[in-house]
Amino acid sequence: MTAEEFNAQLGLCQFLPGPNVVNLAVVVGKRYQGLPGAIVAPLGMLAGPFVIVLMLALVYDRYGSLPVVQSMLRGIAAVGCGLLFAMAWRMGMALKDKPVFLPFTALTVVTIAGLRWPMPLVMIAGLAVSGGIAYWRLGRK
Amino acid sequence: MSVALELFFEFALLSFVAFGGATALLPEMHRVVVENHHWLDNTTFTHLYAIAQAAPGPNVLVVALIGWEIAGLAGALATTLAMCLPMSVLIYLLIDRWESLSGKRWQKAISIGVAPLAVGLVFSGATLIAQAAGFGWAAWALVAATVVVNLRSKLHPLWLIGIGAALGLLGLL
Repeated sequence: MTAEEFNAQLGLCQFLPGPNVVNLAVVVGKRYQGLPGAIVAPLGMLAGPFVIVLMLALVYDRYGSLPVVQSMLRGIAAVGCGLLFAMAWRMGMALKDKPVFLPFTALTVVTIAGLRWPMPLVMIAGLAVSGGIAYWRLGRK
Repeated sequence: MSVALELFFEFALLSFVAFGGATALLPEMHRVVVENHHWLDNTTFTHLYAIAQAAPGPNVLVVALIGWEIAGLAGALATTLAMCLPMSVLIYLLIDRWESLSGKRWQKAISIGVAPLAVGLVFSGATLIAQAAGFGWAAWALVAATVVVNLRSKLHPLWLIGIGAALGLLGLL
């Protein structure tokens, strides 16, 4: 696979919803082994981490009620929360035409975090409007 | 209907709007799992998020943890499969046609249009975790420090997670 091919196909993986790494594994698996490859590649990629995560879950089920474990997880959650804010910041900075599209970010936060509206509804309505604006602006150039 | 089956359908529905991956789904997973079905409480949800953060592997596996806590192994398999399967099938069918589709005006418009929504979802996920965990001032200080360090330095996030775990263990948060 050349770098260009990889980039083009990564484009679809990022375009479609869902975990990008899994999507990418399907693409690479299909390319090399057809349908069996497309099934085995994502399974192979997820199997190890899946087992590790479940082992952690077993540990959590057993010791999760201990105060010391709870405070440790609280520390990790705080860092995780900070990483999310940082990620949102970076993604926001990378947006094109911020004055036009940042309001949609604000609307998403208000409806999802504030009003707790169902996400499929917000995404479909939001995408119809912001995608519509983007479509119109692309035609104008 | 068994809970595992219910989990499968709830998460399969979510997979169709998971622009931005599992991270963008945090607020909706919280709404479905904690608020609608009361399958988990706020504390457990936060803990599972923390475990997924610290664990190796793709961050989509937070859904496996959620499934596990609700319905055991069947639940973990149901949520993980539901999250990955629908789009995997779609991408399998679309990939060979992608070159003729990519770069089209509507395709660009969707990419541009979805980006600001994804930013809002990730931001909402962060506020939700903070709310669900009920952070005090010390935890908020750690959140702020994490943001600054992550944006300003190239320090690997695992170091920050380690520091967070240590501060937590010391009972400082």
